[in-house]
Amino acid sequence: MMDYSRVLNKKVCDIEPSGIRKFFDIAATMDDVISLGVGEPDFQTPWAIRKAGITSLERGKTKYTSNRGLQRLREEISSYIDRKQSVKYKADDEILVSVGGSEAIDVAVRAIVGEGDEVIIPQPSYVCYEPISILAGGKPVIIETKAENDFKITPDELKAAITPKTKALILPYPCNPTGAVMEHKDLCAIADVLRDTDIIVISDEIYSELTFTEHGHTSIAQIDGMRERTILVSGFSKAFSMTGWRLGYACGPKEIIAQMTKIHQFAIMCAPTTAQYAAIEAMSKCDNAVEDMKAEYNRRRRLMVSGFNRIGLTCREPLGAFYTFPSIKSTGLSSDEFCQRLLDSEHVAVVPGTAFGKGGEGFIRASYCYSAEHIIEALNRIERFLKTL
Amino acid sequence: MKTELLKLLSRNARYSVRQLADMIGTDEQTVEKEIKSLEKEGVICGYKAVIDWDSVENPLVSAIIEIKVVPKADLGFEDVAEKISSFSEVESVYLMSGGYDLNVVVKGKTLQDVAQFVARELATIDSVTSTATHFVMRRYKELDVSLYEGEKDDRGNILI
Repeated sequence: MMDYSRVLNKKVCDIEPSGIRKFFDIAATMDDVISLGVGEPDFQTPWAIRKAGITSLERGKTKYTSNRGLQRLREEISSYIDRKQSVKYKADDEILVSVGGSEAIDVAVRAIVGEGDEVIIPQPSYVCYEPISILAGGKPVIIETKAENDFKITPDELKAAITPKTKALILPYPCNPTGAVMEHKDLCAIADVLRDTDIIVISDEIYSELTFTEHGHTSIAQIDGMRERTILVSGFSKAFSMTGWRLGYACGPKEIIAQMTKIHQFAIMCAPTTAQYAAIEAMSKCDNAVEDMKAEYNRRRRLMVSGFNRIGLTCREPLGAFYTFPSIKSTGLSSDEFCQRLLDSEHVAVVPGTAFGKGGEGFIRASYCYSAEHIIEALNRIERFLKTL
Repeated sequence: MKTELLKLLSRNARYSVRQLADMIGTDEQTVEKEIKSLEKEGVICGYKAVIDWDSVENPLVSAIIEIKVVPKADLGFEDVAEKISSFSEVESVYLMSGGYDLNVVVKGKTLQDVAQFVARELATIDSVTSTATHFVMRRYKELDVSLYEGEKDDRGNILI
């Protein structure tokens, strides 16, 4: 008999599987369950983008592309980021097209982090940063962001987390699950801490288009002296509703992108060709479709925030992404208990804040990738649940 | 605010004032006032349910009638359009560009009812030179609402 515990990589085995799996499995067995759990747009990919994919297939564009991605797509990404964020990246050697933002994060971490190096990760945040850092041999150093700071990282928290071993800072804003946004002044304060160090910022800006502040999204790469120490990661999943196409990108100094490209080349070869052709259309001709989706998210966002506050769950205004992160502390329940009991009694699925790090205790994440009618029904059920406590 | 309000009401006229205010990002009083004034100005002309008549016991039949008209010297199409609009069998009347003039949607209990109504009431109007009746076989979408079972939400429950 094989003893698999002896053959498998210990580092991999030691990574906890997501605890939320079990919870979602229970929800899947209920037929009238109403979920606010999904972190994926409910909109179809705009037709023009789908059509561009179809056309590329009709023309037989079914071969590998270059490792970095189609030249034309990299040119479009370059001008898109220049247009949106006023940061210039050369299509030739400063952009890598990846399989979703996730791969770009993985490759960026692997290119920067070696055995024993420390990676600073703010939490609550998306679940991949910690395991990716560990698999690269790194040691995650967690900053627990505070509700009273609107879940932004502060310069003091950052200074306290930095040691001589710090190699990278993950900067996940707009933030899943908190909806927090780091505005220009917040980023300037962080840049002041980092400017004279060798720390690389891996800035996960996948939700940048979904920023509901007056001035819109700011990238840390825009701040003086930061472009040279930043890897900007983004992708097509959220803004263009292209989750299943699996396409993202990383932009950064050519020295870093060259090493990232090596990893990408040997692990992946190249991002999916059909998706790359479709993405050219997305970058160049779909601003209106994105604006329409954003306007709809904004209506739902306001509906949900007001709804939670009205029924007694304090909910700060999330300024980005498509999640609300209300506090459930007033109920006296833990996040896990709250979600479990809400699912049992009212068949509403929301995600416990603790799925995104210990600092998420006392909060739940509710996604507004659902129609207003769906959200209204979910809020009614949650209100009924709260009255039984 | 006005466009936004109209957009939301055309999507679902049963949103509460509070829900509308939340979605627009204003207060309930403002919404209430705006709705009243839009009703008064005749911008909002009514509120009706979207009904799939095919799924009730005695479904109504409907037909689209293409009508050609000789317009009157001083009144143009107004006179005949208003006359046609006045029938309770008529659901909508549009002046069209292209091969014919008026597009009229007529409802009735049976095919015969509709055919008779067209022959007796519409074809006989003085300035009407011809009618062409097209019966509706099946409805797939009505006022932005799909009447067939759409695709289920097949998003996987993966933690993103």
